[in-house]
Amino acid sequence: MTTTSLRRLIAGSSIALGLSAFGGAAVAQDEGPIRVGILHSLSGTMAISESTLKDEMLMLIEQQNEAGGLLGRQLEPMVMDPNSDWSLYAEQARDMLTGDDRVDVIFGNWTSASRKAVLPVVEELNGLLFYPVQYEGEESSENIFYTGAAPNQQAIPAVDYLMSQGVERWALLGTDYVYPRTTNKILEAYLKDHGVSDDDIMINYTPFGFSDWQSIVSEVSDFGSQGKKTAVVSTINGDANVPFYNELSNQGISASDIPVVAFSVGEQELSGIDTAPLVGHMAAWNYFMSVDSDANYDFIDNWLDFTGNDDAVTNDPMEAHYIGFNMWLQAVESAGTTDVDAVKDAIIGVTVPNLSGGASTMMPNHHITKPVMIGEIQDDGQFSVVWQSPSAVAGDAWSDYLPESANLISDWRAPLRCGKFNVESMTCEDGPGAE
Amino acid sequence: MTDNRLSAGQRLARLLTLSLLLCLLSAWGTSAVAAVSESQARTLLDALDTGNFQAKGEAAQAIADSDAEQKMRWLQALLDGRLGKERRGDRFYIITDDSGREWPIIDAISYEDAGTGTRRTVDAFRINNDLRTQLQGIMASLSLASGDEASRLQAADRLLGEVSSDNVETVRRTLADEESPAVRERLEMALALHAVAQGDAEALETLRGNLDTRVRNALTPIAAGDDALAEQTRAVLDGIENKRAWYSRAQTLFFGLSAGSILVLAAIGLAITFGVMGVINMAHGELIMIGAYTTWLIQQALPGQPGLALALAIPGGFLVAGAFGVVIERTVIRFLKGRPLETLLATFGLSLMLQQLVRTVFSPLNRRVSSPDWLQGSWQINEALSLTLNRFGVLLFCLAVFAALWALMRFTRLGLEVRAVTQNRAMARAMGIRATRVDMLTFGLGAGVAGLAGVALSQLTNVGPNLGQGYIVDSFLVVVFGGVGNLWGTLVAGMSLGVINQVLQPWVGAVLAKVFVLVGVILFIQKRPQGIFAPKGRTS
Repeated sequence: MTTTSLRRLIAGSSIALGLSAFGGAAVAQDEGPIRVGILHSLSGTMAISESTLKDEMLMLIEQQNEAGGLLGRQLEPMVMDPNSDWSLYAEQARDMLTGDDRVDVIFGNWTSASRKAVLPVVEELNGLLFYPVQYEGEESSENIFYTGAAPNQQAIPAVDYLMSQGVERWALLGTDYVYPRTTNKILEAYLKDHGVSDDDIMINYTPFGFSDWQSIVSEVSDFGSQGKKTAVVSTINGDANVPFYNELSNQGISASDIPVVAFSVGEQELSGIDTAPLVGHMAAWNYFMSVDSDANYDFIDNWLDFTGNDDAVTNDPMEAHYIGFNMWLQAVESAGTTDVDAVKDAIIGVTVPNLSGGASTMMPNHHITKPVMIGEIQDDGQFSVVWQSPSAVAGDAWSDYLPESANLISDWRAPLRCGKFNVESMTCEDGPGAE
Repeated sequence: MTDNRLSAGQRLARLLTLSLLLCLLSAWGTSAVAAVSESQARTLLDALDTGNFQAKGEAAQAIADSDAEQKMRWLQALLDGRLGKERRGDRFYIITDDSGREWPIIDAISYEDAGTGTRRTVDAFRINNDLRTQLQGIMASLSLASGDEASRLQAADRLLGEVSSDNVETVRRTLADEESPAVRERLEMALALHAVAQGDAEALETLRGNLDTRVRNALTPIAAGDDALAEQTRAVLDGIENKRAWYSRAQTLFFGLSAGSILVLAAIGLAITFGVMGVINMAHGELIMIGAYTTWLIQQALPGQPGLALALAIPGGFLVAGAFGVVIERTVIRFLKGRPLETLLATFGLSLMLQQLVRTVFSPLNRRVSSPDWLQGSWQINEALSLTLNRFGVLLFCLAVFAALWALMRFTRLGLEVRAVTQNRAMARAMGIRATRVDMLTFGLGAGVAGLAGVALSQLTNVGPNLGQGYIVDSFLVVVFGGVGNLWGTLVAGMSLGVINQVLQPWVGAVLAKVFVLVGVILFIQKRPQGIFAPKGRTS
């Protein structure tokens, strides 16, 4: 036997081994229940928001199993608790994606920090992650599906709405981390494009859990008393919102003086506040519990029955999971397998009904189309929709308003298969298409 | 100038409001309300069924102008978002209670009971901010028959900067008939502002030193010119700005003292346990949290009486947190005497356990502690200076707690014994003081004061399992900065750190302000390790 043929034999047998290993994995995947990983914090600071999403996923899985499961198999939830610790998210995602009980899909994460921690893990182990929260954009991963809003589906339309209401001065208040900083950078660029001068923009960041709002609110009130209509754009996250809104009402700033439009305050967050002094302040989302559609009313009824609590509320990230889960179901059905690569290809273009009476489609950049809504807070803690985009808006992974990302697009379809394609130089900066 | 930028709708709304205000002021209005037929009523309400907010505003105005006797109730229900139309039908309803899934509803025209409605069967008419403002104006003018001083004052206040050649005569006539001095003052201000805009320099005198921002904003463009009037206006403006600057400094000082009072409250218990006993108690923050949760529990037991609950929470929070403190001292700390590192680790573990205990018992979600009415809103001293009542209350509470604690240490036997044990433990024991009992009571006292801090904090921030964590570092900072074992030091240190922080905040932001304060304290401690006030005499 010559060396060449020996080499061939080794190469051939290793390929065979690889193939059989692959086949074995495929066989193991195709029997027994389909595993759905749920990676939401059930303790720590994010538990307030995230534990609801875990319950919602359990409800959706239960409903699907009652309806006959998926591909004739049952769905089995696998719940983890990363304890609001960003590095624990990555560790637990790794646990979920390795071993015999590897999950077929993960629904999870809330903060951008935790998503950034999980991203390398799902890319390395080729997992699927559905991320349900509005975020800052400037990212597109082959393995992540972003079912929450990108800035062009939330922040930009909200600013447009306020401009149409005559607002000329802008206070951008945010919590000090990646989402508010990136969003405010985009908004600042956008406002300047629209002729707003530097003097008419105020930017302020505060730490997580901040509660001493007195001087900042007084500064905003001063900023807003210069004779021009002023609005606050708030990317304040988590429980810092409660003292913020309390301070606003204590200092007597009502929505008719200086309206606040928030991107992280929903029905869940308002359930801890007396909303009577906040009537008229706004939030921008893609869904509100008060949205008028039969699909929404069915969803609310199911949710109230599932939780056994008549006061339970639904919110935008819950709708995002509802859409994401149904998209995944449909993609698996059409691919006929839960194999990650097959599902990734099958899900692009999948269209499912959303809760506001329309439909959402998965775009090639792994973002979805959603209607944009502006709601005003009511005294019962709900929002009343005062503006809605005429049609669904497709999420833009790379903002057109930042010079560094204006030329970038993302398209995960073959043959491009690139998450960061520069249309000017026609090169792929990130993704399999780069090679 | 500004008018050019307003849309036609806004201009209309503004004109409308203005004419309403004038009606209100001249106490004009017909109260002759006659019933309208059902079909007329239906037409009136049907006009509200549109997605266009401007059309809705016109429909609301039409209702106000009509003779329908139900119009006040309709407008109020519209304002509350409780006026609606049957989804698949043409009846109009008023929702009498919109909590829960099924709402009791009544017919909007006949007021007959119409059973229950749900989100699926009743479409409530929506309003937005502009429409809300407009509705409030309409309703104010409708309830004008009463025409009391408060509503006239409000109306006069809204005239400021809105007087034009169209309505100046009406305003003058109103002024001539008006008797209330407060309303007269507002009207004179509004007229003077108009007169200055027309080039009348004498009217400037009325506006000298006026703190209302609308006066300043109206004068600024006039001062931009280069004639004599502009010069005089500039002088008046400078006076106004100067005065405002002083008030704004006073406001910053208040913010600083208020922030400082929270620091002092949080730290003063620690000043006793750490300063006097030398125990590094990492669970101090959790004792604060226990005080806050006690407030919440008492409020749950006394629904609808937040004021009484808060008053009861003061002794309650002190006793509960104090009891926890005594138990901690008896079970953990006394066995670790003289071993600071182990005390630190043990109390740190204890703090985690207490947090988890609260999470298990009360859930990890924040609890809402409501404030009594007298701690809501603000005390408006003048146009430029107002003090929020909850923070003012906490500031007073802090001073009261400090005074009580100081008196306790200075005048009571316990205070004497504590001071004796602090100065020389062995000698104190030789004099017959039971040092272990003093330790226990001192620790309980420190814990109880932490509980009081929790009661105060429940009025300012979220009550949740992590409440204490945010204050533990700040508390140590204040105690070390002020000088270990010195109550006055804690007071001065807490207040000055609060003021420094609030002065820095507008310049560098909340995050950097905190960093600067921390670096400043570290440098200060390097230079003067004993803190602001050095302990007198020998320490054991």
